[in-house]
Amino acid sequence: MPDLTTNCAGITSPNPFWLASAPPANSGEQVQRAFDAGWGGAVWKTLGQPIQNVSSRFGGLHYQGTRAIGFNNIELITDRPLEVNFREIYETKKKFPKHAVVVSLMVETREEWKEIIQRAVDTGADGLELNFGCPHGMCERGMGSAVGQEPKVNERITSWAVEFSTIPVLVKLTPNVSDIVPHGLAAKRGGAHGVSLINTIKSIIAVDIDRFVPEPRVGNLSTNGGYCGPAVKPIALHMVAALARTPEFGLPISGIGGISNWRDAVEFMLLGSSSVQVCTEVMLRGYRVVEDMLEGLEEYMRTHGFAKLSDLVGKAVPAYSEWGDLDLNYETVARIDAQKCIGCQLCVVACQDGAHQCIHADPHGTAVGPAGARVPRVDDAECVGCNLCQIVCPVPGCIQMAEVDNGFAAATWNQHVGEGAKIRPKKGVH
Amino acid sequence: MSKSVTDDRTETAFQDFKHAYSPEQAVVEANRCLFCSDAPCMQACPTHIDVPQFIRKIATGNLRGSARTIFEANILGMSCARVCPVETLCVGACVCNTLGVPPIQIGKLQRHATDRAFEAGTRFFEAGPPSGKSVGLVGGGPASLAAAHELRRHGHACTIYEKRSVLGGLNTTGIAPYKMRADRSALEADWVLAIGGIEVRTGVEVGAAPTLAELERAHDAVFVGVGLGPDTALRVPGEDLGGVHGAVAFIERLKLGRVALAGVRRALVVGGGNTALDGVRELLGLGVPEVTLVYRGKEAKMPGYRHEWSAAKQEGARALFQHLPVAFEGAGKVERARLVRMDDQKKPIAGTEHTVEADLVLVAIGQSTLGGLLGALAGIRIADGCVAIDADGFTGRKGWYAGGDCANGGKEVVNAAAEGKAAALAIHRYLTGGAHA
Repeated sequence: MPDLTTNCAGITSPNPFWLASAPPANSGEQVQRAFDAGWGGAVWKTLGQPIQNVSSRFGGLHYQGTRAIGFNNIELITDRPLEVNFREIYETKKKFPKHAVVVSLMVETREEWKEIIQRAVDTGADGLELNFGCPHGMCERGMGSAVGQEPKVNERITSWAVEFSTIPVLVKLTPNVSDIVPHGLAAKRGGAHGVSLINTIKSIIAVDIDRFVPEPRVGNLSTNGGYCGPAVKPIALHMVAALARTPEFGLPISGIGGISNWRDAVEFMLLGSSSVQVCTEVMLRGYRVVEDMLEGLEEYMRTHGFAKLSDLVGKAVPAYSEWGDLDLNYETVARIDAQKCIGCQLCVVACQDGAHQCIHADPHGTAVGPAGARVPRVDDAECVGCNLCQIVCPVPGCIQMAEVDNGFAAATWNQHVGEGAKIRPKKGVH
Repeated sequence: MSKSVTDDRTETAFQDFKHAYSPEQAVVEANRCLFCSDAPCMQACPTHIDVPQFIRKIATGNLRGSARTIFEANILGMSCARVCPVETLCVGACVCNTLGVPPIQIGKLQRHATDRAFEAGTRFFEAGPPSGKSVGLVGGGPASLAAAHELRRHGHACTIYEKRSVLGGLNTTGIAPYKMRADRSALEADWVLAIGGIEVRTGVEVGAAPTLAELERAHDAVFVGVGLGPDTALRVPGEDLGGVHGAVAFIERLKLGRVALAGVRRALVVGGGNTALDGVRELLGLGVPEVTLVYRGKEAKMPGYRHEWSAAKQEGARALFQHLPVAFEGAGKVERARLVRMDDQKKPIAGTEHTVEADLVLVAIGQSTLGGLLGALAGIRIADGCVAIDADGFTGRKGWYAGGDCANGGKEVVNAAAEGKAAALAIHRYLTGGAHA
């Protein structure tokens, strides 16, 4: 049985699945139900000076009948009294001593940070998460992403927190920057024990096209919100990996951003996350989603021979490279399995209109399969191996990108420019 | 405008066999469509409706555009959505069948889009500027309606000559009522006529008055879409007894008026085609306790659609395969049918005659052809009773075109719609100095 015991920046939990700081981790009653359901940890909904929220707080990005592939919110930090939150954190930690309870914080002045950190530490919590990421509302008051976007401010406040805290400090980074690395390094210079990322992305989720108001609509106005959910995962994966592959960074990472299932979690771990945080999927479907996350991760580790999480954390990081180091002589072409092809010809139209015009309808071809004369033909001499056909094909495994031995030794662009390495002739240029 | 049908009709006892989609159901189904390129469903449709395109428009909420896509290809798209044997056409061709998942319910989606357009009274097409040319259309069924609409888009004046008091042909008088009732077809005819400039003359027997010569003189071109003639008779003793009916005539009566079925206990429907299967299902649906299909061949060789026969069996149909009636017996009214068993070559087996009780018989062994109507016109060739035409519907006689059942021998409404439109486009080319001039 693989060991899912997690240690992220010194914060331990029975498994790597933590609730992210958000509505699902708003109260003791919720977090305790989540732990009962199987969650390994929770980052409490951000504490700070009490706020007042608006009505109409969330918006969904729906795509071709699938609800909320993206999600955004204009909700602020906790609106519950601090003392209630601290008492419930204490009670939760008492009941679940092995689970990770991390307290997310967001205040302004050094004195405020000192006081709130002291109170948070006194609850028995396992760690702190500094919310330097929120891109709506709080940033207008000089907090949240307003801190995370300024490396010097980030470093200074992080150093205060580390000074006042006796438990590990995670800095939650905002993705609303052009390059995440300086911001991670700022947190490191401030003494952070780890980082968590990404926070939400500044966004307008939709526009009410009848009322001419963006969503979520508050009366006749709206504001930008924080974007999250499955659609942001690629952005989050990149930012996690960008830090993980920076040699001078080296801090533990708690990965966040569109994690909806165990596969997503594995991807974040392979790119360097030692724990993962989930919000949107729980908001949409409840705590019960963790059951499959746990089983799926265990089964993945078992079938891949990973005994413990540290065996897989970061395993794909070395394969994240620069474009100039990619092998230009590596060649693939599309292969259509006529036995699996259903004849929809989505690959034909995608290749003709969106790629390199190498897949053709082939009514007089020799392909034998259930789709008969509708099985398309790939012109190998023109196929650049772009993958578009495989991406649009609705039949799993029908289109494979087959490796071609073209007789050329591996050669990267950098080797070509620097050492005159020989590269193969271009394909699909007509 | 056509006269609408009476409200007092036996067929109103039936509900739609396939329920209409709610808007939510339609969007869910529309989103399943893969949006195939050069889609097999589109190829399978005789009118080549751009199915993926109209379905995508349902998914995005562009229902008006969806209906426009359908009607652009087939002005009878509302009725075809209900009456097409989609299982053997578009739905049967859907790639989802190959994928092993349920095929997209194209007919129901088409109904969703076209019904909304009817409800909203949306009109998509306008008559073209007057060409000064006139076209006479013989028969007021789907082929002529589709042809007349297309001709009006090009500005040609149209006159439809119809024998009955209602338009729509078999779409009005013959469609199984659980697919579409007569009032819906009459409504569609009115909807088509609303393009304007189509004169309708009902109660007209072309050939007698006007004569073909008068018709040819009165118009610059003629389209013949007269459909098929009366039911074919078995020509056996007792066929003239009360209670023995031609199936098409009987179905027309139950669709346009009332048929008396009280007291009927055992009905026989003779034949193996789709009219026979419709007759079986309609009698069962109207409460006849025992309905038996009598077909001279084997079950597997029945020309009727498999899905229709499966449905009939589920509804309680019985069958006597490899049997043929040789006589009907009774005192003034049918009481028994005398049947003989048939061998594998559909020949009677001597000594196998026997009787079965029957108090109602529908004979559904085909309809006569009307091609002979045109037989006297030089240049027009009649083959197996049908008017011979080329791909454009051209008969060979200058200015004369044909389509629908009278030319194809009896196919679907959608075939008639396709042939009528194709002929109209050919007539337009002819009238403007192009082909066949």
